[in-house]
Amino acid sequence: MDVVLDFERPIVELQKRIDQLRELQDSNGVDLSASISELEHQAVKLQARIFAQLSPWQRTLIARHPGRPFTMDYVNALFTEWNELHGDRAGHDDQAIITGMARFRTIGDDPCDGMPVVIIGHQKGRNTRENIKRNFGMARPDGYRKALRLMKLADRFDMPILTFIDTPGAYPGIDAEERGQAEAIARNIIEMARLNVPVVAVVSGEGGSGGALAIGVANRVLMLENSVYSVISPEGCAAILWRDRAEGPRAAEALKITGPDCLELGVVDEVVSEPWGGAHRHRKATIEAVGQAVRKHFSDLLGLTRQELRTTRYDRFRAMGPVVERPLA
Amino acid sequence: MSNEGRRWFEQRKEFVGRARPAEGQDTPDLLTRCPSCNEPVYNEALAENKQVCPLCGHHFRLGAMKRLELLCDPDTTPVHHDDALAPVDALGFVDSKPYGKRIEVARSKTGRNDAFVSITGRVGGIDCEIGCFDFRYMGGSMGSVVGELITRLFERAAEHERPAIVISASGGARMQEGVLSLMQMAKTCAALARLQDEAGMPYISVLTHPTTGGVAASFSMLGDLIIAEPEALIGFAGPRVIEQTIGQQLPEGFQTSEYLLEHGMIDLIVPRDQLRGTIVRVLRQMLKLDSLEVDDALVDRDAAAGGPVHAKPASSAGTEA
Repeated sequence: MDVVLDFERPIVELQKRIDQLRELQDSNGVDLSASISELEHQAVKLQARIFAQLSPWQRTLIARHPGRPFTMDYVNALFTEWNELHGDRAGHDDQAIITGMARFRTIGDDPCDGMPVVIIGHQKGRNTRENIKRNFGMARPDGYRKALRLMKLADRFDMPILTFIDTPGAYPGIDAEERGQAEAIARNIIEMARLNVPVVAVVSGEGGSGGALAIGVANRVLMLENSVYSVISPEGCAAILWRDRAEGPRAAEALKITGPDCLELGVVDEVVSEPWGGAHRHRKATIEAVGQAVRKHFSDLLGLTRQELRTTRYDRFRAMGPVVERPLA
Repeated sequence: MSNEGRRWFEQRKEFVGRARPAEGQDTPDLLTRCPSCNEPVYNEALAENKQVCPLCGHHFRLGAMKRLELLCDPDTTPVHHDDALAPVDALGFVDSKPYGKRIEVARSKTGRNDAFVSITGRVGGIDCEIGCFDFRYMGGSMGSVVGELITRLFERAAEHERPAIVISASGGARMQEGVLSLMQMAKTCAALARLQDEAGMPYISVLTHPTTGGVAASFSMLGDLIIAEPEALIGFAGPRVIEQTIGQQLPEGFQTSEYLLEHGMIDLIVPRDQLRGTIVRVLRQMLKLDSLEVDDALVDRDAAAGGPVHAKPASSAGTEA
């Protein structure tokens, strides 16, 4: 079932009229091409107008759209020889995070062609049944520990690591707390700082707080234009600061969570543009664009030594967060 | 119990910590009602007892400066670091008040530039890099300044090959600094990795009430030793968030120090009056230094009589101020 966001409705309705006219033309043999192309022209303009000035809240809704490319969509399109690898070796195989190994597809004349890579990503579902299995992309400690196991494996065998971040946040549940959600996130963060291999992270949908950062301490962090990266969900922030979850749109604005915002804050290195209409309406083109960007960043990193990879990653995060000198009286 | 025939100051001694104000008569400048045993306690007695209820052992909040003073060796003078580092409103964040305004309010309330105090201090004869959250400053939340201070603390410890001790009391990352506050988790942990890998110095994390969110999910759960005060709230997600998510009530004692100990998440629970002694002993063990006698005794032993927290044999002359 297609989920249509409120602000997309005029575009979707216009598209429907275009489709109807086409059908009419085909069935009656009347030439409606002039009207059709006029409407198509309008549709393009309308889409451009709406998407050129999306609000942070609208971007949040796009970031959460079930039609957006998910980790497995990227894996299937950009890689070959994929093997999903399971389990944290401590009793669990969290389905909210997918881990595995693959090779970059060969596109010709690219340094990443055929390169083996460890891939780690949150995985959401497209329908209720899938989402129950995937826990809406909210990982438990087991998921982070599985991810860490794969990262250490990558480190041992000198394989680059690619992560896809797309989670509302780490799962806030009794069992998650009981098994040490805080420790699992903390452990991943510190261990990622120690990795000796190139790490590229892509915030492809929702970058939900610690649950996102737990696979996000990378040499390069890319972000899709309509994805969000935040310390707290807009609704959660609104519930605390305005005591009303419905103030989410206001919080989304205040928190500066969109791709362009995060680029300006120095938290991400590149924003990958999405076609007008959003990644959820243009999956193939989006995946292609992400693939290009990921290859470019890995190519930059391939020449670095193990020590340089660690140092530059350190420096990247060390520089974050402005402070001023202000002597106390 | 009869107090007949005793002089007033002797009577008072019996009653240290316990007081019975007349019904409906609140005297907050003199008395505090203990939320745990519900008894009114003299503020003076609480202060003498390191803000631990002399009757039931409930740990009240203890200020950052007092904590540092109690941890450091008596008659030593700690060196303060980075007191002048102040926050920036990088997001132009406005909720019910602008963040800039909140900064001013917190500053005048605490006399501090942010929610963390950083010192070099001597503990059991060892120079240590020590930091403590100030919960009064915006709930001890971690923004860029707190992140920077902790990062510098770990970097200093690595550079001078000193142990690090961080005492946490924080609701987590500071919302008003958005994703920049999230990044402080990575910044601090990366510095901690360097301390552990390159200097090989121990890092002791002390968790006090409360330690949650982004502070729990970074350096504070990564101590070589993790010590918690009794009955502190410690966890990633706040209890209200969990209740809303799962739609049911949380079990009794969920996310307390005792719960975490039972689930293998922390090394030990140490009551406040034994914290300094415990840290001195483990530090000197890890650094292979000779044993050092430390008096954990409470200043006012009489006040402690009967409380389970204070059930400790008296040792030799007090060394603690």
